[in-house]
Parts: sequence; structure tokens; C-alpha cells
Amino acid sequence: MVPAEKHGRTAAVVSKWDYAPAPEAKDIVKIQDRYGLFIGGKFVEPLSKQHYTTIDPAHEEPLAEVAQAGKADVAKAVRAAREAYATTWSKLRPSERAKYLYRIARILQERAREFAVLESRNGGKPIRESRDVDLPLAAAHFFYYAGWADKLEYAFPNRKPRPIGVAGQIIPWNFPMLMLAWKIAPALAAGNTVVLKPAETTPLTALLFCDVLRQAELPPGVVNIVTGDGRTGAEIVAHPDVNKIAFTGSTEVGKAIQRALAGTGKRLTLELGGKAANVVFDDAPLDQAVEGIVNGIYFNQGHVCCAGSRLFVQESIYDAIISKLKRRMSTLRVGDPLDKNTDVGAINSKMQLDKITSLVQSGIDEGAEIYQPPCKLPERGYWFVPTVFTNVAQSYRIAQEEIFGPVLSVLTFRTPDEAVEKANNTPYGLSAGVWTEKGSRILAMAQRLKAGVVWANTYNRFDPTSPFGGYKESGFGREGGLHGLEPYLAFDE
Amino acid sequence: MTRLAVRKTYKLYIGGAFPRSESGRTLVVEGANIARASRKDLRDAVRIARQAGAGWWGMTAYNRGQVLYRIAEMMEDRHAALSAASSEAEVSRAIDRVVWYAGWADKLAQTVGSSNPVAGPYFNFTVPEPTGVVGIIAPQKPALLGLVSRVLPVIVGGNAVVVIASETHPLAAIELAECLATADVPGGVVNILTGQRAELAPVLASHMDVAALDLAGADGDAAELERLGAENVKRVVHGHPDRQSLYEITPFLELKTVWHPVGM
Repeated sequence: MVPAEKHGRTAAVVSKWDYAPAPEAKDIVKIQDRYGLFIGGKFVEPLSKQHYTTIDPAHEEPLAEVAQAGKADVAKAVRAAREAYATTWSKLRPSERAKYLYRIARILQERAREFAVLESRNGGKPIRESRDVDLPLAAAHFFYYAGWADKLEYAFPNRKPRPIGVAGQIIPWNFPMLMLAWKIAPALAAGNTVVLKPAETTPLTALLFCDVLRQAELPPGVVNIVTGDGRTGAEIVAHPDVNKIAFTGSTEVGKAIQRALAGTGKRLTLELGGKAANVVFDDAPLDQAVEGIVNGIYFNQGHVCCAGSRLFVQESIYDAIISKLKRRMSTLRVGDPLDKNTDVGAINSKMQLDKITSLVQSGIDEGAEIYQPPCKLPERGYWFVPTVFTNVAQSYRIAQEEIFGPVLSVLTFRTPDEAVEKANNTPYGLSAGVWTEKGSRILAMAQRLKAGVVWANTYNRFDPTSPFGGYKESGFGREGGLHGLEPYLAFDE
Repeated sequence: MTRLAVRKTYKLYIGGAFPRSESGRTLVVEGANIARASRKDLRDAVRIARQAGAGWWGMTAYNRGQVLYRIAEMMEDRHAALSAASSEAEVSRAIDRVVWYAGWADKLAQTVGSSNPVAGPYFNFTVPEPTGVVGIIAPQKPALLGLVSRVLPVIVGGNAVVVIASETHPLAAIELAECLATADVPGGVVNILTGQRAELAPVLASHMDVAALDLAGADGDAAELERLGAENVKRVVHGHPDRQSLYEITPFLELKTVWHPVGM
């Protein structure tokens, strides 16, 4: 028998144990002081002559000067893409196109750690995620679409698929490399050339990717990377020689792009915001569900368009779920993105932190009950403690609006019908989660939830073979899988 | 004594019934008094279509296929009346087109869906689903074949529709509505409005409960209607007035991907 006194002392010591810092080395990747635009296979100074500073959000320290591409720069990039399309890429045998993409996939695998470190430094996401999720998936995406390049006739029988031309692609800051892969891989596999704009706050991995293209000896102009803020994106959207726009980002900007393209005949796919329901039934494996809830909303600081930001718990297990959830939240480690033990990294930008803060305040003001585990945040940088709101009404802003941060709103239901009705009560429809041991209930719920992706007994899982995209105001078009090729092809019918 | 013929009153087709316009307005087109639908009629039709869509999609694909095939049977039966509003050749082609689309009802999931070999213990599959209420601006001509070519590919996917009929040739639309009403198409799955397109189209394009917009019959105002459609991220489609293809169906389908766990 362990004496009570000793047992108590041991417990006290255990509770003070902390993880030793386990930082990933920064020097694996070299950051230049200043970057130009990647146009026609080389870095060029921006005609705009403008640069801005991109930072490390975990330390609020500048990392590099990055070009702010203007109208003339975008025009130059589109010309390079058009020329590459006309002279090389569309003339190349599809099997050769495939091999370039395989090369890119392999080089990304080889240099994955460099990219992971840079991704975490520039974006604030934990190295554990950039290393184990973002980069492996990005490489897998190129590998998957590489194989499609010379098999398009089998993907679309009787349709004579052909490329569209120049694709303008605008990606967000939450998964910079993964979104780059989602955009570039299918576009190139289908035979198009690309002008891609990374997000304003996270341009560095896209710029490092240019070195992968150099190593792969991709013909110049097939991929052009132009950096800048929303003005640069607007120039891409407005350029008359861009045949297709692919955008991932906010619903507000997506609508503006759709309006801007009205009447132009340009092809468009939109992957926009979400306010996903994560529905937990009383027969769910509770511990597994709690892990899924945590992964659903605190993964990547909640900067995930498909985040499970509305948790619906069946009333009979409400108390058990909430207490388990709070206990689990208290073990989340918030801090240095480069530390291998970190679960929740830095908020991507000051602007995003302000948005999260103001929406959380609205939740408090509207009457929801807030819980945040005790948590020591670093002094510098942008941070937000993982937060859960209970006592939430469907009408509250925190239950309606996309927060895009580590903030969960918990609501309850009694019957499956009520769960479906509440879950679908949103203009969004990107994703949903279902937790139950019953396979038939999984499928019945999946049929009734209006969402493009439904995860059962898991959450935030991605795969290059699995189509991803939204219903309703979460956008249109699919990325991933066979279906992800179609937006980059034209058909003779 | 020659017998005086009993004439038909041409009305709207909303929720499976044939109401006059709530506005009481009519127009003289093709020699008949045609109901001139109001914006209120259109909003009512969208509300009813939204309700009817769930039931239509809830039917089995086999059953939906039979109902659609039944439309062709009813059209064959009313060949003469339909021909009077179009032409015999057009009616024959329209009937054959209905039969062709009816056959797709229970083949879409196999043709458009997929199972996806994800790297993990999940059965991952993608299935097509209806996008919701679809607003259709029908082509002016061919009035019957154009209408059939736009409505059938949309409803075979499980959507409900609100159609603004040809403004210049509305009689064919009403004749077709009578075939739909007798073919066991559930009330509200197809709603047809006659009247002035310029008055109705912007309301349809900007309606927040309309999920997709088919601008087959739009002309000068297409860009403006597209712009209005962006307000709720509508799927905007420029449907072909006379083409028979699986790919006239697919723009009105959503793709849902499900990750189902695999384990003992």
C-alpha cells in the first residue's frame, strides 16, 4: 500500500512536470532577406517597385521583404503563363507532364522538413501539424494527380478532355503549401499553366516551392508565383487572358469574385467558409469523440474552413462530454510553433486575432458561458487560448458566423431530426461530423446533412483521392479525387 | 347546329395546382389570355418548391424514374394538344427526350459517384445529390423542346424547379404542365410561371432560397442575373436549349463525400 501522504506528494510532483522544450532547428531552411516575383521561371523585381514585410506571428518578428505585385506584374505573369501554355506545356506529351509532377512530388518529400519549418515560422502552425499533415499531404497530392495527367480520357470517357489555358489561383493562409498543392497539381495534370497568388501573410513556402520547380526543371512560365495582398488577387481575377479562377478563402471575397466574373464566361471554382456541425450521439465512443471534437476545432488554431465549430451533443451525454472536453482542453499545449510538443500554435495575424477576440466578446455579450483552460501564453506574438462556449443559442453570432479561430460553440439536441435541422441551419455547407457506433445511423445522418464532406467517427481528415468542397454558400466545385480534375478541363461535346 | 367549343383557361402551375396570378393580371399572347405572374407568385413558387424538393429526393431513384417516364406517356396521350402549341415533330422529339432523361434517374450515382481509395481505415465514397431549388429561365424557342431540355435534366437529379416560361410562346409550357400534373410528379417539384421575364428574372436570380440558376433563355440580361446570383453563391449554368446529355444534368448536382470508419 502506498501511504496516502506519499501518494499525495507524488501526485503533486507529477502535476508540476512539464515537457522540456523540444524546438525544431530553424537553420534547416534559409530565408532570403528579400524576394521578387517568380515569373517565367525566374525571380524578377516587381514592376510595382513595392515590397512588404512578412513576419513570424509567434514572435512578431520580420522574416523577409516580399514583393507586392501590381497590375503590370500580374499582366507579365499571365503573359508568361500564356506563352508557356502555347509553346511548351500544351504541346508536351501527357506522360511527360506526369513525370514533371512526379518529380515535384518526390522533391517535396525529400525537402519536406525545410518546408514544414518554414510553414510553421511564417504561419504560426505547430510543427507537428506542418510536418505530419500539411507537407505529406501536399506531396501526396502531386503524386496522385501526376498519375492522372496521361489518363484523362479514362477519367472522362467520350468527352475528349482538353486543358482550359491559364488558371489564376488564389489561396489562403491557413494551409499555404497544402492549398498550393490542391491548386497547382490538378491544374498542371490537366495541361494548364498557372498564375498563383499565395496569401498575403504566408508567402514564404510558395516562394521556396519555386526552388522545387527549378530542381524539377519545370519549363519556365508553367507556374508563376505572384505575391501581394487582395489587390493582387483582384488583378488576377480581372485579367482578360485568365481562363479560369480558383479561389479558396472567405465567402465574402468569394461572392465579390463571382460578381466580378459575371458575364465574362471565365470558369470559376470557389472553396469558401464554413460553420460545420459536429454531431455527437449518446452511443458514441465518448473518449474518441472528445479527441475528435478537439481535433475538429483546435487543429491549426481553428484556422480551418471545415472546422467543427458547432458541436451538437445529445442531451443525455452532455455533462459527460463537457467535463471530458474541459479536462482534455486543459492538457492542450499552446505556444512555440516550432516546439514538437505544441498542440496549438500562434494565430496567423493581428487582424485575425482581432476578429476572433471581437467574436468571442460577442458570445459573452449575447449570454453564452465561456470556458478557457488555465494557460500561460508567450508574451510576444499572437495567441488565443482554446475556448469553448456553452449555453449557446442558434441565433448567437458565435453559432452563425465563421470565427476561424480556436473557439467552439456547444449546442444540444434530443432527437436525430432535431440534430439534422439544427446542423443544416446555416448558409454554409462545407463539412459535418457524426459520432455514433451505429453504422446505419452514420449513413442516415450523412444522407441528410447538407455538406460536401461528412466525417464519421473522425474529423478533419484529408486525402488526395477524396473530393472536397462545399454546398450552398461554402462554394462550388470539388478539389481532390477524380472530380477535382473537372474544373481544369474543357470538353468537346 | 354546330357545337360551341369549350375553351381552356391558361393559368400558372404552382404546387401541383393551376392558380391565376395573385395579382389578377393577364397578358394576351398567342391569341390567349395568359396569366402574368407577379413577383409574389414567384416567391410563393420558390417556397413551395423548397418544400416539395425533399419529398422528391426522398423517393427511390427507381420510383423517380417511373414518374418521369410517366410524363412521356402523358405527353404521347396529349400529342395533339402539345402539337398545337408547337409542332408534331417537336412534340415527338420532346417525348423521346423525356424518356431518355427518365432512364438516368437510377444511373446517376453509378456514373457520377465514386469510391475513393483513401490512405486510412475508411470507406470513402462520393455520391451526387440535388443542389436544391433551381430557377430556370426557359428558352424562348423551341418553346416545348427547350422547356423539356431544361427541366428534365434538373429534376431527374432530384431538384425542384421554378421555371419562367417562354414569354413569346407560353402555351406549350401550360400544356406541358397539364402532362406533369397527370403524371404523378409530386406537386411543387415543377412550378411554371408565365408572364414577363424582365419582371420575374431578377427576383428569381436574387432569391436566397434558390440554389442554382439556369440562364438558358436569358439574353441581354445574363450578366446582370449572374451578378445577382452571386449573393448566395448560386451555381449559375448556361444550359443548352436543345441538347441531350448527362452533362446537362451534372451542373445541378452536388457531390457529397463520406468518410465511413472501417474496423472490427
